[in-house]
Amino acid sequence: MLSFLIRRLLQTVPTVLAVVLLVFVLFSVVPGSIVSTMSDDSDPQVELRMKQQLGLDQPVYMRFGAYVARLAAGDLGASFRTREPVTTMIAKRAWPTLQLIFASMAFAVLLGVPLGFIAALRPGSLVDTVSMVLAVSGLSLAKFWLGLLLMYLFALKLGWLPSFGYGDGGLKYLILPAVTLGVSPMALLARTTRAAVLEIMTADFVRTARSKGMSETRVVKWHVMRNALVLILTTMGLQFGALMGQTVVVEKLFSWPGIGSLLVDSVLQRDIPAVQGSILVVVLFFLAINLLIDVLYGVIDPRIRYA
Amino acid sequence: MFRVVAIVAGLGLAFAAAAEAQTPRKGGTIRMTAPYGSSFTSLDIHTTQRAQDEIYAKALHRSLYTWNSAEGKPVLELAREDVVSGGGLVHTFKLRDDAYFHNGRKMTADDVIWSYNRIMDGTKAYPGARYVRVIEGAAAVEKGQAKDISGLKKIDDFTIEMKLTEKVDPGFYFFTALTSIYPADEAAKEGFIQSPIGLGPFKFVEHVPGSRIVLERWDRFYKPGKPYADKVTVSIMGEAAARDVAFRNKEIDTSVLGPAQYVAYQSDADLKGTIVEVAEVFTRYMGMNTSFKPFADKRVRQAINYAIDTDLIINKLVKGKAYRATSWLPLTSPLYDKTMKPYAYDPAKAKQLLAEAGYPNGFEFEWTTSQNESWGLPIVTAVIPMLDKVGIKAKVKQVETAVLAEVVRSGDYQAFIYSQQTGPDPQAALKCFHSSTPQSACNYMNFKNADFDKLMDEAGQADDVAKRGQLLQKANALLYDEAPVWFFNYNKAVMAVQPWLHGVQLNATELTHQNVEDLWVDETSPAK
Repeated sequence: MLSFLIRRLLQTVPTVLAVVLLVFVLFSVVPGSIVSTMSDDSDPQVELRMKQQLGLDQPVYMRFGAYVARLAAGDLGASFRTREPVTTMIAKRAWPTLQLIFASMAFAVLLGVPLGFIAALRPGSLVDTVSMVLAVSGLSLAKFWLGLLLMYLFALKLGWLPSFGYGDGGLKYLILPAVTLGVSPMALLARTTRAAVLEIMTADFVRTARSKGMSETRVVKWHVMRNALVLILTTMGLQFGALMGQTVVVEKLFSWPGIGSLLVDSVLQRDIPAVQGSILVVVLFFLAINLLIDVLYGVIDPRIRYA
Repeated sequence: MFRVVAIVAGLGLAFAAAAEAQTPRKGGTIRMTAPYGSSFTSLDIHTTQRAQDEIYAKALHRSLYTWNSAEGKPVLELAREDVVSGGGLVHTFKLRDDAYFHNGRKMTADDVIWSYNRIMDGTKAYPGARYVRVIEGAAAVEKGQAKDISGLKKIDDFTIEMKLTEKVDPGFYFFTALTSIYPADEAAKEGFIQSPIGLGPFKFVEHVPGSRIVLERWDRFYKPGKPYADKVTVSIMGEAAARDVAFRNKEIDTSVLGPAQYVAYQSDADLKGTIVEVAEVFTRYMGMNTSFKPFADKRVRQAINYAIDTDLIINKLVKGKAYRATSWLPLTSPLYDKTMKPYAYDPAKAKQLLAEAGYPNGFEFEWTTSQNESWGLPIVTAVIPMLDKVGIKAKVKQVETAVLAEVVRSGDYQAFIYSQQTGPDPQAALKCFHSSTPQSACNYMNFKNADFDKLMDEAGQADDVAKRGQLLQKANALLYDEAPVWFFNYNKAVMAVQPWLHGVQLNATELTHQNVEDLWVDETSPAK
C-alpha cells in the first residue's frame, strides 16, 4: 500500500510539470501582457524597466527554469497585479472553494445515489421515469440559468435565502451556489447508479444469492450496493475534478470568493504567477482526489490489489 | 379662519416632514456594488486604474483634490488653499491640519511628497504616474535619473510647493484615487496592502477576495458630522442578472444597469423611480489608422461618418443608453459645444465623398473589436451592412479587451472600436490628438495636424481661462471636421438606487464613484 502511494505521488510530478510548462508556453504566445493592463500610457523605457523587474525580459525557457526552481522550494512567486505572494492569495480563496465543492458533492451524492437506486429497483415505473427526467434535465441545465432561477425562487419570491454573497460563510449563503453546482453531478450520479445497479441485479452472483434464499434487502445491501459503489466512486472522483473547473460560473454569479474567479481575473489581466498557481492547485486537487478514490477501491473491494 | 389656520398648519407639517426627510440620518449601512468584474485588483489603489477599485477607494482614501459632481469640476480636498504664482506654473498648497490617517496620525506634507514619489517609481509602472508626471522632475524619477521629484518642496509641515511643467489646472490631475495620499511610514511596510490605511471617511475592516469589502466609519474624519453611515459594504457583483435579483430583493442599495435592464427598469412602475443617469466623460468611436491609405484622406473618414445611421444603432442596439456624439468632447465637458450638430446619415453624400477621394467602388478594411455589448462586436456587426451600402467592406478581427488596449497603443490595426475617457479635463482630452503625443499614450490614431497643434499650443500658453476655452473649442471643432474617428456616442451611465439611499451624486467621471461621506440611508433601509 505504501509503495503504491509513493509510486502514485511520484507519477504526479511529470503531470504537474507538464501543466506548468503548458501554461508557460500558452502565456508566452497569447497576445497581451500585464504591463499593458496596468497602465494606459507607460513610457517605453518604463515598460522595459517593469518587464525587467518582473523578469519578463528573459527568454521563456529561463523563466520556466526559475519558476520550477522556486516551485521546488514551495514558492509560487508573487502576483504581478497585487504584489502579494500567490500562496497567500490562493490560501484566502481555497477554503470557500472547498466548501462549495464538498457541499455540492454532498448534495449530489445524497440525492443522486438514492434516486438512481430507487429508479433501478423499479425499472419502468413512474418513479424511474420521473427520476430519469430529473436526471436528464439536471445534466442539460446551464449553471448560470439554473443559478438565476434558484435566486429568483428562493431569494426573491420565497425570501428564504440570500441571493448572493459569502456572508459569514454560513450554511444559508452556501445552499444556493452549492445546489447550482451540484445539480449536474447529482444527475450524472443518478444515471450512473441506475445503470450500475440494473447491470448488477442481473449478475450471476446476485441470482445465486437469491436462490440461496437470501432476502431481497440483504441481496441489495450486501451484493448490489457494494458492487455498484466502485462505479459510483469512479464517477464521484471524476466529478470532483470537474467541479473544480466549473466553480468559475457559480462563484461569479453568487459573488462567492473562490479560486475560480481568481483564475478568470488573473487570465484576463495576464497575471501569470497567479494563473499558474491557481491551475496548479486545481491540478493537485484533481490528482489528490483520484489518488483517494484509488485507495478507496481497495477498501470497498478487497479483491483489488495495488500491484 | 379655522380653515385657514388648518391649511397653514397642514402646510407647515408637510414642510417639516419634507425637511425631516431631507435631514441626513446618522447610522445604518450603505450597501454598494462593484459591477465591473469578479474581484478587486488590489488593495493598493496606486497600482490599479480599474474603475472597479476606485469604488471602495473613494471611501477609504483621499487625494489632494476631489470631484465635485454638482459643480462639474475638481475642488480642493486635502488642502484648504492653492496660491498660484510663477506665471501659472507654481502652486503652493496649504494643507489641512485636521486630516488624520486611520492609524490616528496626522497627515503632513511629507506624506504627500512620499506618495507622489512612490507613484513615480518607474519599475512599478503605477498608472497614476501619468498625472504626477505634470510635476517638474517627476519624469526623471520615473526614468530612474533622480530619487525625488525636484518640483515638490516642503515649505513646512502643512505647506507644499508644486512646480508644474505646463499651465494646467492641477485639480484635473490630482483628484482620482490613483494619486491617493498614503501614510509614508505605514505604507512602506509589507502588511499595508492587506490592511490599508487611508484618510477617507471610512476605515478598512475586511476584504473577502472575490466577494466584498467592508469599511466602518472613521470618527476623526475631517468633515464635521460626516460620514453619516456607520458602515459601507461594497459587494463584487459582475453579473448584471444577479445584481438585478439582489436589487429587487432589497439586498443592495445600488446597481449599475446595462442597456437591456435600462429598458426593463423604465417600463416597470416600481423600479422606474430608482433610476439615476448621467452623461459620463467617455466617447465611443471607431478609430481609423491614417497610415492605412484610404483613411489618410479626410473625405474617406467623413464618408464613414455619413454612411452610418448612428441614431438607429443608439436607439435599437444600445437601447437609448447613450447620447449621440457631436464631437470629441462629451456632453458633460465644461467646453461641450451645444451648437455643433452630428454628421447626418447620408449614404449619398458618403458615396460622393468616396468618389472624390478616388474610391468610387469603396475599399476593404479590417476592423478590430472586443466583445463589449455597448462598443464592441454587436455594434460592428450592425455597422458593417451600412458601410457595405456605400461600397466599403469591413472584415472583423475580434480580440479580448486587454488585447485591444495593446492593439490601439501599438497602432497594429486598420480600424478599431473603443471607449476613451474624454474628460473631465478638456485640455487633456484634446491633447491626445497633438502630434507630440505618442500613440502609446493616447494619440491612438497617430493624428497629426499643424493647425490643431497650433490651437492646442496657444491654449496651453493662454493665461486667460476664457480665451483658453475658446481655443480648445476651436480645436474640438477642427477635430470634428477632420474626423479621425467615427463619432459614435457618449456613454449614458445608469444606476438604480434604492429609495432609502440619499445623497447620490451624478458623477460624470464615473457614476459608481461616490463621495461616500455624503451618502445616507433613512430608516426604511433594511440595513438600518
